[in-house]
Amino acid sequence: MDNANLKKNFLSAQIDLSKFSSANFEKATEDEKRQQDVMGESTTFFKDGMRRLRKNPLAMASIVVLLLIVLIILVAPAFVPYSYDQIITVDGVRDKGSANLGMMEYSAREQAYMDKTGEKLFPHLFGTDGLGRDYFIRVIYGTRVSLAVGVVAAVMVVIIGIIYGSIAGYFGGRVDLIMMRIVDIIYSLPDMLIIILLSVVFKERLGALFEGTVLAKLGSNMISMFIVFGLLYWVGMARLIRGQILTIKNNEYVLAAKCIGTSNRRILKTHILPNCLSVIIITTALQIPSAIFTESYLSFLGLGVSVPLSSLGSLANDARAAMQSYPQRLVIPAVVICLIVLALNLLGDGLRDAFDSKLD
Amino acid sequence: MTKYITKRILLAIVSIWIITLITFFTMNAIPGGPFNKEKATSAAVIATLEARYNLDKPLGEQYVLYMTNLLHGDWGISLHSGRDIWTDIWSRFQVSAKLGGRAAAVAIVIGIVLGSIAALTRNKLPDRLIVFFTTLGTAMPSFVLATLLLLVFCLKLSLIPVWSSSDPNYILPVIALSVYPMAYITRLTKTSMLDALNQDYVRTARAKGVSKVKVIFVHALRNALIPVITYVGPMVAYILTGSMVVENIFTIGGLGSVFVTSINNRDYPVIMAVTIFLAILMVIANLLTDIVYKLVDPRIKLD
Repeated sequence: MDNANLKKNFLSAQIDLSKFSSANFEKATEDEKRQQDVMGESTTFFKDGMRRLRKNPLAMASIVVLLLIVLIILVAPAFVPYSYDQIITVDGVRDKGSANLGMMEYSAREQAYMDKTGEKLFPHLFGTDGLGRDYFIRVIYGTRVSLAVGVVAAVMVVIIGIIYGSIAGYFGGRVDLIMMRIVDIIYSLPDMLIIILLSVVFKERLGALFEGTVLAKLGSNMISMFIVFGLLYWVGMARLIRGQILTIKNNEYVLAAKCIGTSNRRILKTHILPNCLSVIIITTALQIPSAIFTESYLSFLGLGVSVPLSSLGSLANDARAAMQSYPQRLVIPAVVICLIVLALNLLGDGLRDAFDSKLD
Repeated sequence: MTKYITKRILLAIVSIWIITLITFFTMNAIPGGPFNKEKATSAAVIATLEARYNLDKPLGEQYVLYMTNLLHGDWGISLHSGRDIWTDIWSRFQVSAKLGGRAAAVAIVIGIVLGSIAALTRNKLPDRLIVFFTTLGTAMPSFVLATLLLLVFCLKLSLIPVWSSSDPNYILPVIALSVYPMAYITRLTKTSMLDALNQDYVRTARAKGVSKVKVIFVHALRNALIPVITYVGPMVAYILTGSMVVENIFTIGGLGSVFVTSINNRDYPVIMAVTIFLAILMVIANLLTDIVYKLVDPRIKLD
């Protein structure tokens, strides 16, 4: 360091380095260097939300329960040697005595077969139904159907709602006015009644149309339910998104993007929609249980999946006839529905607490 | 205000009209006429029958006819029983209304009480218990609850007699119908009560030395109840649709069970009539809810 041309000012606080030698200086140790590090890691919005979510024991427990259920319904069919639509067969012969077995029971024929060969047959964890089908595997498939309906319906609602809501909110003015009037009208329609009505009609109409395709297995009821979800259920989501966008689009960064000539599509995609993410996540999480509710309700009225496929609602409905003798057939699907809906509700609440700081 | 009310009423009328359109044309989209039975009917007989019920006219004309009849109070005849639909609907509706009215009253009263208790004992034991049970209540579909109640209390324990129209026992159906709205109202009351307790006017009242009971009931609760009003419309809709399964489970001969049987019988005029009737009820409930909400709280901006 060259201090020679330093102005000698007696008030100067500048250190005259010529008075020091290198021996006076000591290099900072690694430990001391680390003290200078910024302690908090920089976080993104998503990371921050997840951190808060991880601290919520109820939400984490819900995630564990849901993952467990998903794991079971994915893995179980590979282990259980029975099928959801076939009557149990022993040694290649249909076992007529296998109907209405209790939990973990074997039929007389199965018992005889096991005694004869010494082979251990897979137990009927939940017993069998009135037609002699393994009830455990029927519950597994029922859960699959119910969950799939919930997720597909929620995804449909989200996609339609986002597109519709963002167009209305972003363009505003007359477009918004007309689009929101349509939403108002759809919102005031009693959705459940229309679902029931359309299910009745589609059952007659679509059944013939889908004959022989994959869709036929799912049944016209399911298709009509999805159609109705697509037609009616997105309005709540569209309203929410529109409200969010109306507040976000007045921010300076949107104005700045407009000034540099960014296209509407890009502004929506990169500047506005990511900021609506919390609302979208929360509403989706809460949409799934409501779709599961609707599906089980319709199945219970006999307007759900077609036989031999089952859903949790239709299983509960089928079990009603014999509920006094075989209450477990009613209780098991009921418990599974409650568990799924409860877990999803708690997860949705947790997500709201974690991602939406405005709502307390 | 008048402008808002007129707008809402117009919207309600449009909704009801759209519902009649949807029901009429979807019902007519079903292949096969009402006189297609398993037994072969001669073409001449079908033609006479269709002419009698105006089914030979073009669809648009049929709709106009149906609507004119509807506006004159003629809801048509059931294909299944041959009876006048309106007399049937009206007598069955009275049964449903008794059940639904009780369920709504129970849900509102207990919901508000529990919600207030939860807000006043925030994070203490009563609050925790209430939150636990309301979360459970919102996770249970009404049909699950109804069948479980029937199974446990009627069939296994024989504590409560099974429903009979001569000696109706409302306890179980009312519980089954009211748990979900009750849980919802509890949560709603709790949040708005907590909000109200933090307001300046509550603090001012306390500072003036107003008694705690009076602060809670006069200052906080009255303001906390405003958001609860908004839920009344959706609750009516929930109870109406929920009563379909609950009536079916408890074999109560109400409007819900008429609807379900008419679906199973493919009795189209009845399905249509009940859909329109229930839809009108729901639309009116929503309309009244919105108007009352605005009347009660003038701070709420119109639209």
